[in-house]
Amino acid sequence: MERKCGFLIPYLIMLIAEGMPLLYLELAVGQRMRQGSIGAWKIISPYLCGVGVASVVVSFFLSMYYNVINAWAFWYLFHSFQDPLPWATCPLNSNRTGYEEECEKTSSTQYFWYRQTLNISPSLEASGSVQWEQALCLTLAWLVVYLCILRGTASTGKVVYVTASLPYCVLIIYLIRGLTLHGAVNGLIYMFTPKLEQLSNPKTWISAATQIFFSLGLGFGSLIAFASYNEPTNNCQRHAIIVSLINSTTSIFASIVTFSIYGFKATFNYESCINKVILLLLNAFDLEEGSVTADNLNEMKDYLMATYPQEYAQLAPQIKNCSLEAELDTAVQGTGLAFIVYSEAIKNMEVPQLYSVLYFFMLLMLGIGSMLGNTAAILTPLTDSRAIASRFPKEVISGVVCFVNCIIGLIFTMEAGNYWFDIFNDYAATLSLLLIVLVETIAVCYIYGIRRFEKDLYTMIGCKPNWYWKTMWAFVSPLLIISLFIFYLTDYILTGTLQYQAWDATQGQLVTKDYPGYALAVIGLLVAASTMCIPLGALVTFIRKRLKRERISTVA
Amino acid sequence: MLRALLLTLSVVAIAHAELCKPDAQNAFKVRISIKTALGDNAYAWDANEEYLFKAMVAFAMRRYSSKSTTQISNVLLCNVTDRVSFWFVVTDSSKNVTTVPGSEVEAAIRMNRNRINNAFLLSDKTLQFLKITSTLSPPVEPSTPVWLIVFGVVLCLIVAGIVFLIISGIRKHKKKNKESTERENLEEKVEVTLENGIPCEALDIKAGHVNGVFAADDERFTSL
Repeated sequence: MERKCGFLIPYLIMLIAEGMPLLYLELAVGQRMRQGSIGAWKIISPYLCGVGVASVVVSFFLSMYYNVINAWAFWYLFHSFQDPLPWATCPLNSNRTGYEEECEKTSSTQYFWYRQTLNISPSLEASGSVQWEQALCLTLAWLVVYLCILRGTASTGKVVYVTASLPYCVLIIYLIRGLTLHGAVNGLIYMFTPKLEQLSNPKTWISAATQIFFSLGLGFGSLIAFASYNEPTNNCQRHAIIVSLINSTTSIFASIVTFSIYGFKATFNYESCINKVILLLLNAFDLEEGSVTADNLNEMKDYLMATYPQEYAQLAPQIKNCSLEAELDTAVQGTGLAFIVYSEAIKNMEVPQLYSVLYFFMLLMLGIGSMLGNTAAILTPLTDSRAIASRFPKEVISGVVCFVNCIIGLIFTMEAGNYWFDIFNDYAATLSLLLIVLVETIAVCYIYGIRRFEKDLYTMIGCKPNWYWKTMWAFVSPLLIISLFIFYLTDYILTGTLQYQAWDATQGQLVTKDYPGYALAVIGLLVAASTMCIPLGALVTFIRKRLKRERISTVA
Repeated sequence: MLRALLLTLSVVAIAHAELCKPDAQNAFKVRISIKTALGDNAYAWDANEEYLFKAMVAFAMRRYSSKSTTQISNVLLCNVTDRVSFWFVVTDSSKNVTTVPGSEVEAAIRMNRNRINNAFLLSDKTLQFLKITSTLSPPVEPSTPVWLIVFGVVLCLIVAGIVFLIISGIRKHKKKNKESTERENLEEKVEVTLENGIPCEALDIKAGHVNGVFAADDERFTSL
C-alpha cells in the first residue's frame, strides 16, 4: 500500500508507540500459551475466547479477498512476456482508423486495468458475469497458496525464506534502476519534504497507525499462531525489536524506490504534457520546429497571445497548464492505482519486459507471503482443536479452507467485483483490528495482570521487561487506539452516507456514487461479524458458567 | 509574340494561384516534422525536396489510375511555411484548369502511403496529410495468447508439486500406520495424557515435550 510524503514522522512515532510493544506482546502470548489465538486467549481468561474467534474471523475475511491481488499480479506477470507491453499502447478501434474511444479519453495503462483486466461495470448494482481469465488466475493463486501450506506450518517456514528474501533482491535492482532514472530526484525531494499541514491532519496519523498494524500483522492471530511453534525459551523480546526495525527499514527502503519511480513517472508525464502544448502551438501557428521549447514556452505563449489574439483565444481551451507538482500530487492509494502507476512507469523504461516481470514477481512473493500468514492464522486453531484434527488429516483441512475461499473469491472476479473488493479492503479489517488489539492489550495488562505477565516473561527468557515496555502496554498504546477509534467513528458520523468510486467508461474517469442499501448491509455485517464475537464470547462463557454453577448447586 | 507568351504565363500563374490556395476545393494540407523524426540527421526542406514531393504524388496518381498522364507539373504546391506545412493540389491536364477530385487523390495517396513515407525517411505521424486518415496496422497477434501459454506452464508445475506432496504424505502416513500397528501389537495401549486440556501429541508437534512455564530448565533448580 502506498503512502504520501512527509509520512516518515508519524510512521516512526507510531512504530515506537504501538508497533514494537504490541508485537512483543503478541509474540510473548503465543510463545507462553503455546496455542493459536483462540486457545491462547481462553487461557488468559475464559471470558476472552471471543477475541481469538474475532481474530480468526478477520483473518478469514482477509484471506477471502486478499488473494485476488495475487490473481491480478499473476495476470500482469503473464502479460509481461510480450513486446510491446499490452498496456503501452491503446488497441485499435473496429475500422482501424484510430484508437478505441475509451482508451483515447483515458490513458492506455488505465484502460488496460479497468477494461482488459477487470472489465469493470459502471456501478455496483450491475454485477455482470464472472470473468473467466480472472477466475483462472484466482484458481492458480489459491493452488500456489495450497502448495505452500499443504504440509503445515513447518513447511511454510521454508517457503517464507524464499518469499521474504526475493523481494529484497528485486528492491535493490529497482533501487539502482530507479535512482538512475530521469526525474527520480523530483520524487525523492517530494518524499522527504515534510508537509506541516499534513502533520496536523489526524488522518495522516491514522493511516500511519493502520499501516503499522497491517505491515506487522498485529491482531490477525497469525503472530500468536507462529509464536506458538517457537521454543519456550526463545528470546521474543529481541525478536520483536529486530522484526519491527527490519520491517520499518524495509518500508522506508521500499518508499525510496517507490518515490524515485513515481518521480520518473511524474516528470515523464509533465514533459509529455509540455510537448503536447508545444506541438499544438507549432501546428496552429505554423511556426518552425524547434522555435518553441520548454524553456521559452511561456514567452512564446505571451507573444502569440499578443500577435494573434483571435486564433489564440480559439485555441486557449485546449492549452493545458502543465505542472510537476500536480503530477506528483495525484493521490496514490488503493491497490488498483498501485498497478496503474507502476505499469505506467515501467512501460517508459528501456527493456520494459524485464522490469515488469521483476516487479510483478516481487509483488507476487509479497502477496503470497501475506496469504501464508493469513491462512496460518485460520488453520492453527482448526488443527489445534481435537474434534477436527483427529478426524481429518491436515492436507484435507487446508484443501477445504483453500477451496471454500476460492469459491467465495469468485465474487471478486465478476464485473462489479472490484467494488466489492474495495468494500472488503476498507471495512473488513480496519475497525475490527483496532478493537481486537485494544482488547488484547487491556486483557494482558489488566485482566491477566501485568505483574503475572512480567513473571512469565522472566521465566521464559530470563529478563524482566523494562519501564518502556510496561508504560507502552499499560497506558500509551490503549490510549492511542481509543483515540483512533473515536476519530474513525466521528468521521463516519460526520460524513454521513458512505460513497465509492465507480469507473465511468464514457468519460474515462472515476465518479463518486453512493452505496446501495444491500452494500451498506454487507459493510455492517463485516464489521459486526468480527467485533460482536468478543462480547458474544464473554456472554456465552458467562451463561455456561452460570449453568454449571446451578447444576452443581442443585446436585449438592 | 513576347506579349502573348507573357499573357499566357500570367494566365497560367493566376489559374494556378486560383487552384492551389488554402481550403481550396480538392486541396490537401501537408505537415512535415523533419526534426522530430530525424533529430540531428534532419535535412533542410528546400526546392529539391518539393520537387521530390511533387514526383511522389505524381507517381502515386499514376500507380492508382494506371494511366500515365499525370506529370510532375500537374502537382501544385503553395503556402509553404516554416513549420514545414503546405497545400497541394493535382490538376488534370486533359481538362483545362480543373483539379482531380479529392477522393481520387486521397485513394491514391492511401495506396502508396508507405512508399511516400519512405522516400522522405518519415512516418505516418511525421508526414501528415491532414484530411487523409491513415489505416493503423494492428499489432501481430499469435494464435494462442502468450499469457495463456505462460499460465499453462506455471499451472502444470504447481499441480505437479501438489500431487507430489500429497502422494508422499499419503505414503508416509501409511508407513507410520504400519509401524504403529506393529508397535501396538507388542505393547499395551497407553492412554492419552492431557496437559492443560491439550493432548501431549499436539504439544509434541510444537517442539515442546515439557511445558516450559511450569517446569523451567532443570539447571535453575538445585539437583537432588
